[in-house]
Amino acid sequence: MIAASQPTQRPPQAKLLAVDARGHIGHLRRSALADLLKPGDHVIANDAATLPASLHGNHVPTGDRIEVRLAGRRSLAVDDVSDFSAIVFGAGDSRTRTEDRPLPPRLAPGDRLALGPLSATVEKTLGYPRLVSLRFEGTPDAIRAGLARHGRPIQYAHVPRPLALWDVWTPIAGPPVAFEAPSAGFALDWRTIAAMRIRGVAFDTITHAAGLSSTGDAELDRRLPFDEPYRIPDATASAIRRTQAEGGRIIAIGTTVVRALEHAASRDGFVHGGEGLATQRIGAASRLRVVDALLTGIHEPGTSHYRLLRSFADENTLRRANAELGAHGYRTHEFGDSVLIEKKACRAAYVYPVHGMHDSQAFAHSMEL
Amino acid sequence: MTRTVQDASYGPFAGLRAAVTGGTSGLGLALVRELLGRGARVAFVARDRERVERVAREHGRAHGIVGDVSRKEDIYPIAMQIVGSLGGLDILVNNASALGPTPLALLGDTDCEDFERALATNVLGPFRLTKALLGALAASARNGRGAVVLNVSSDAAINAYPRWGAYGASKAALRHLSHVWNEELLAEGVSVLSLDPGDMDTPLHAVAVPDSDPATLKHPGTAAREFAEAIAAALPARSPGNAPRRAAVARVNAS
Repeated sequence: MIAASQPTQRPPQAKLLAVDARGHIGHLRRSALADLLKPGDHVIANDAATLPASLHGNHVPTGDRIEVRLAGRRSLAVDDVSDFSAIVFGAGDSRTRTEDRPLPPRLAPGDRLALGPLSATVEKTLGYPRLVSLRFEGTPDAIRAGLARHGRPIQYAHVPRPLALWDVWTPIAGPPVAFEAPSAGFALDWRTIAAMRIRGVAFDTITHAAGLSSTGDAELDRRLPFDEPYRIPDATASAIRRTQAEGGRIIAIGTTVVRALEHAASRDGFVHGGEGLATQRIGAASRLRVVDALLTGIHEPGTSHYRLLRSFADENTLRRANAELGAHGYRTHEFGDSVLIEKKACRAAYVYPVHGMHDSQAFAHSMEL
Repeated sequence: MTRTVQDASYGPFAGLRAAVTGGTSGLGLALVRELLGRGARVAFVARDRERVERVAREHGRAHGIVGDVSRKEDIYPIAMQIVGSLGGLDILVNNASALGPTPLALLGDTDCEDFERALATNVLGPFRLTKALLGALAASARNGRGAVVLNVSSDAAINAYPRWGAYGASKAALRHLSHVWNEELLAEGVSVLSLDPGDMDTPLHAVAVPDSDPATLKHPGTAAREFAEAIAAALPARSPGNAPRRAAVARVNAS
């Protein structure tokens, strides 16, 4: 498959591959996303704005050039912006593929990092040469100002043009807490949100601090995604429970939404509002209790995003979908095309014996438009 | 017309999150004070670092942000700091304004660059910043808190005053943009207001009309109070379950 190399969030020719609950596959224009939805459906998106999480500077003890990519934090509290986990690279920049980037100098607790106007200290090393926890000096406002002035969005070797914040903020972006863009949300624009409303489709947002997609360390990549804090507004949580009670489908825009909603429902099957820390990994063995369908980018087998798709469809269905994506020239990565995948019917029927079948038929029917 | 008057800590602004551009002088500074006084959490934006730091020092609870809304490159860093410091956004006041040529000039004598600066500050700046913050504003509206964008207008947006061409044309564009956007955002629950504060005793007015008598001009604090009332009127009524806030609200008739 081809990597999308132009940072255009909604190219008019963007494609959508739809996989319904019975494994039927359809090809559509992504701009017609709202046509696939029906009254009573409930779309949930991640409204996290993307931080300028890439910071160039120096490792003070050696004077070596480094790049720090902020990778995680423990909460979404506005004043909790001093402590981050981070991946540190040696000299070089995003024109080199992440996995080919050199290691940073040997990092030890107490090492100071000079990152433009920001100053940070390595608090702990976390078992991998690139992974540390660090603490910024200064007030929360000063740290935010330093990030705003000096930070750049994390760049991608497959996108030659430097990415600015406006390239990586979705149209619905709010709290700046994501380390990489929740890029499934690039598909949304206000026209689509209005079209959903007219169709009787509900729309709500949660905030989930989407983490890094790649660390440049194969062993570390296998640990992705890291723990990610999220917040579900009480109004959104009760609206989701209402949709479920009425038999509507919950449609997640992006894997981060799946992770947050399923984590929030892990206690008793119901989505609860408030802040949480998503620690679970979702894969073939996971049973989805909330999300009925997922709009996501196109991910290659082997990535954590791809593993998550196995909770929606069996290996055979995913393999067929992949063959279709390849045959029809779908583009991968952040600015690429999309897949809308509905949870396999037997699972849906297990959770919602009455509505599961009806929903999947309507979904399959809507794809024949 | 009805106006809403409330106690500082229980009014419709208590806990709301507001951002004001051009917040270190004139109407902007008066609005920062007014909104803080009504219990809102406030972030303000201005170009001059020293003045931002001074105003932030003088108003301990306000978040000062250095940035120039006329510069495209500054918009997202500003938006990031606004929503980052407040955790969300319910009220945005696009107040920062540029006169164009100073002293004011006939259009035939106006340099293109001065006109461009007026458009960049008075039209494109509010457009870009509102667009960058629309996600946060719409989220606030969806969660029942309401969302208001107030674009500061002028009678020069309506009347053809000689020598006010660059300023007047830019404010007319902003006024029309406000009206169109208000229509488009109705269903999202976001109100976009365009309000004229009247002739005020502010640094901008002093540059535009150097020989005017300050005693004949409106105090910016008065305009800030009126704007706060207009914002309150555009916010949704608090739910009946929210008794403490409702109880402190008294309705009076304004003349």
